[in-house]
Order: sequence, then C-alpha cells, then structure tokens
Amino acid sequence: MFEFLCDTNTPVEAAVRSRFDGAVVDRDGFRGELTLTVRKDRLIEIMNFLKGDPAMQFDLLSDVTSVDWPERDERFDVVYHLTSTVLKQWVVIKCRVKEGESCPSVVKIWRGADWMEREVFDLMGIPFHGHPDLRRIVTPDDWEGHPLRKEYPLGREEIAFTHNVKTLKPRPVIISPDYKDAY
Amino acid sequence: MPTDIANLHTETMTLNMGPQHPSTHGVLRLVLELDGETVLRVTPHVGYLHTGMEKQAESKNYYKFIPTTDRMDYLAPMSNNLGYCLAVEKLLNVEIPLRAQYIRVLIAELTRISSHLVWLGTHAMDLGAQTVFLYCFREREKFLMLQEFLCGARLTASYVRIGGLMLDLPEGFLDAAKTFSDEMNAHIDEYEALLTRNPIWLRRTQGVGVITREQALDMSATGPTLRGSGVDWDLRKARPYSSYDHFDFDVPLGSKGDVYDRYQIRVEEMRQSVRICQQAIAKMPGGDYRSRDWKYVIPPHEDVAHSMEALIHHFRLVTEGFRPPVGEAYHAIESPKGELGFHLVSDGGANPYRCHVRGPSFVNLQALALMCEGRLVSDLVAAIGSIDIVLGEVDR
Repeated sequence: MFEFLCDTNTPVEAAVRSRFDGAVVDRDGFRGELTLTVRKDRLIEIMNFLKGDPAMQFDLLSDVTSVDWPERDERFDVVYHLTSTVLKQWVVIKCRVKEGESCPSVVKIWRGADWMEREVFDLMGIPFHGHPDLRRIVTPDDWEGHPLRKEYPLGREEIAFTHNVKTLKPRPVIISPDYKDAY
Repeated sequence: MPTDIANLHTETMTLNMGPQHPSTHGVLRLVLELDGETVLRVTPHVGYLHTGMEKQAESKNYYKFIPTTDRMDYLAPMSNNLGYCLAVEKLLNVEIPLRAQYIRVLIAELTRISSHLVWLGTHAMDLGAQTVFLYCFREREKFLMLQEFLCGARLTASYVRIGGLMLDLPEGFLDAAKTFSDEMNAHIDEYEALLTRNPIWLRRTQGVGVITREQALDMSATGPTLRGSGVDWDLRKARPYSSYDHFDFDVPLGSKGDVYDRYQIRVEEMRQSVRICQQAIAKMPGGDYRSRDWKYVIPPHEDVAHSMEALIHHFRLVTEGFRPPVGEAYHAIESPKGELGFHLVSDGGANPYRCHVRGPSFVNLQALALMCEGRLVSDLVAAIGSIDIVLGEVDR
C-alpha cells in the first residue's frame, strides 16, 4: 500500500536498548513510525544520548505533545517527536506520567521545548520540573482546569442576545470524571 | 545649584506592544523592557485567538474537522487541509491516486505563493514600503479568483478531503493556473525591483534579527526561518509526501540568518513554487481524483446517483464516519511557514481520540526574543515580520 519513507529497522532502537538496559518499556512500529516508550527517570539521559551521539544526532525537536488515558494508572503520555536533519531519521519517544507527578523538562537539551512544554502544562496539566518559566500559554493566567483532559467538558453556554441578558445565568464549569454531557 | 550628573539614576521602562499593534500581524502582545530605544527583554503573550481546536476535534468525526483546519493558518488553508488529510490517510493506510497527488502538489504550491505574497506585502509595509503591498495583493487577488474557480471559496477552501479531493479540477482550471504561474515570475521581478537593491530596505533588514544555525535548530525553528540560517532542511525533499519526489526544484538557503536572508529565501521559494506548478500542470496525469477505498472515502456524487452500494457507503460515512485502526500517526508537511504536523491518536472510534497540531508559527515565534534582544524597537518590527506568523495558527 502507501509507502511511508520511514523504516522501523533503524539502528536507533537497538542503540537505545543496548545502552539503556531496561529503560524501554514498550515499542510500537505503527505505519512504519518507530515509537519507543521509555521510563520517566531515564528520559533525560536518553534524550541527551539521542541528541549528542554521532549515530543519532536528533538535533531538531519537532514536537512535544500529550495524550490523556484516564483509565490507565499512569494516566498521561508525553510524546516527543525528534528529527535528525543530518541523518534524516525520525523517532518518537514517549514517557508515561501519573496524575499529580511531574515530568522532567528537556528545555536544557532543546531550548525549543520551552513553549511546547508550556502548552502541554497549560492544556493537559502536566508540570515539567526544571522548566525555566512554566506558565500557562494559550489560556488566561487565571483559567481553571486543563481543557484537554478528558473530564473537561466541551461546554455549552447560553449565548447572550438583547432579549435574554437579564435572565442569563453563567453556568459553572463542572469538571468531574463522570461528566457524560461532555459535548 | 548644578545637578550632579553622576548621581542621576536611570531605570528601564516596561512597554506593552500589542495586542492591537498593526505590526504584530494579529493579536500578539509583547511586553518589552526598554532602555531608551534598546530592547532588553521581550516577553511574548499569545492565546488571544485560542479556540480550543484540538479539543473540538475530539467531538467531531474525522471528516468534520477539515473545515476547522482552514481556520488555523488562514493564509494557507489548503496546506492545512493537506497536512491533516495526509495524517488521517496515514492512520488509515489509504492509497491516493496519482492525479489527486499532483493536484494536491499544484494547489499546495499555489497556496505557498499566495501565503508568501501576503507575507511580503505586510512585511514591506511594516518597514515603510507601501507600494509593494498593493502589488502583492494584486496577484493575491488573482490567486483567490483561481481558488474560487477551483472550489467555490475564497478563503476557507476545504478542498483537500480524506482520500483525495472535494472535486476534480473544473474545466479550464489548468489553463488559468498556467497563465497565473507563467505571469508570476515577471511579477516577482517587479517586487524585487522595489526591494532587493533598495538602500533603505537593505539598511532595515541586513544584519537585523540575526539567528545562527545552532540557535535556529535549538529553538526548533523550521521553514524559511531555519533555512535563512543555512540549514538545508525542507520536508518536501527530506521526506517527500504526495509525490513531491517527482518534481524538480531547488531549496534556497541563506547564510547569515538575518531578516534580509529570510526575505530572499521566500522570494526565491515563490519562483521555485512557480517551477513546481508548471511541472505539475504539464505532467498532470488522468485518472481518479479520489481513492476508491469506499470503506474510508466518500464516493463521488456521480457514483452515488447510480450505484446502490455507493449510496450505502456514502450514507454510512456521512452519518457515522469511519473507524480507523487503533494507533497513533504523525504526519508533517512543509507548509509555507515551516513544519506543519498533525498528531492523531485513534482508539478505534469514529472521532479522533486526540488531535494535536504542531503549528510552525507557534514554534518559530519562540525565536523572536533571540532575534531582537539588545536591538532597537524598529528592528523588532522587522524581526516579527520576517518570522511570518499567523496568529490563528499560533493560538489554535
């Protein structure tokens, strides 16, 4: 079928596995894209290795994002998309974070992680320790809750028109795991 | 009594620039710490246009999110459509007919020209060259007419669909596109005659907003912002999608990483886009404009009118959508502004479980502070323009 120019049999996986024994907890090669899930406490050494090693040279951090799996014990996935502009290779690194825990920041390795981690912090509520300036970025500073979490409602608010402004009551945002009317 | 000058104290001034400042290209707010006219610190504040598009995606099926992508980078709507559809197609593993791929390349490059025209016009106007703006918008209008001819919409196209395109090219479109691209080179010469060797333009842009190769990579900059610093990185070459490897074009590179380099790169990119458009028009293959994988792709209207089976597929896809296999896919394209990536997570349901957009404007904007700290306020205006941000994409 469709050829995607990315090979799962890159030396990246072998190098990470041999160098960091037991740090890789899961792997995935869906649609030819190598994804390695690594232990949170080894993340920084692995990232340093991936950026600095001459056979890796992941010099461009393309993206940092997060996925929420509320049923799972380690609820969040923090997903890093790494690119090597020198060797033209790609890898996805994932790290699982429990609710209330923080994830190590990679800003010291790639400064570009600054705003991307702030976005994850803002919308998903995962704190990053070691981040120089962890503030909300796209929502207002006094916003409550983290909109991309699954329990956060998409919300329905009555719209103000000239005829109903007097009767309009602001609806409180209900954030609860059993919020069924989320959209 | 004479004032003792040595005892006078000075202090820095904090100034708010934006969110309604015309040179911030939208609703970007910058808090500047100034020493006289020198910028000591820039703190950008974004989010004024945040509409939670990623959250919205989770409540819609895959088809229904396409119109939302138009509204991110509204200067290059068809590039956004393409990036999103390619990510969904990667999730589904659908094969796209060659004709659809070529049309996608053609419209993506036309969109790049249009996006760069708006950038050039507004950037030049920020720096006081008003005529260029009128020239650029003259050609942009022609592109908008072309887009309207193609899909009926001038701004929010939604022309690229999952598995192919909304419609086949209308009759006469290729001729119109050929006229547009053939005339374009002469128009680019006109803009260059106004700017490239203009002493005022050179003074305002050369050596301004410098970002080195290492800094640009470190800040995750992509697109012309990265290539201006001399990094040869273009996803159309590095990881060709939608048959870009069938086309012959060059990737212009800068050396100094200043505003002038980024200007020259975008102007040259327009010329290269013209080349790609001309090749795509000349080599345009026949065949389907949409994949025939009806499990995931809506059958065209002609089929629905004649075939019961097509009608059933159409009904199912429109009412409930399709359910991709469980998995995650990230697909990035070289949009006019840089790497535009869509990260889609499927849990096997009809809606995306998670849809993340990696907007090039958002990430490139981080580099602003590096470009202008220690420089004058007027250089800041030049630097913002040279990054080419669209706030709809920064905030999403």
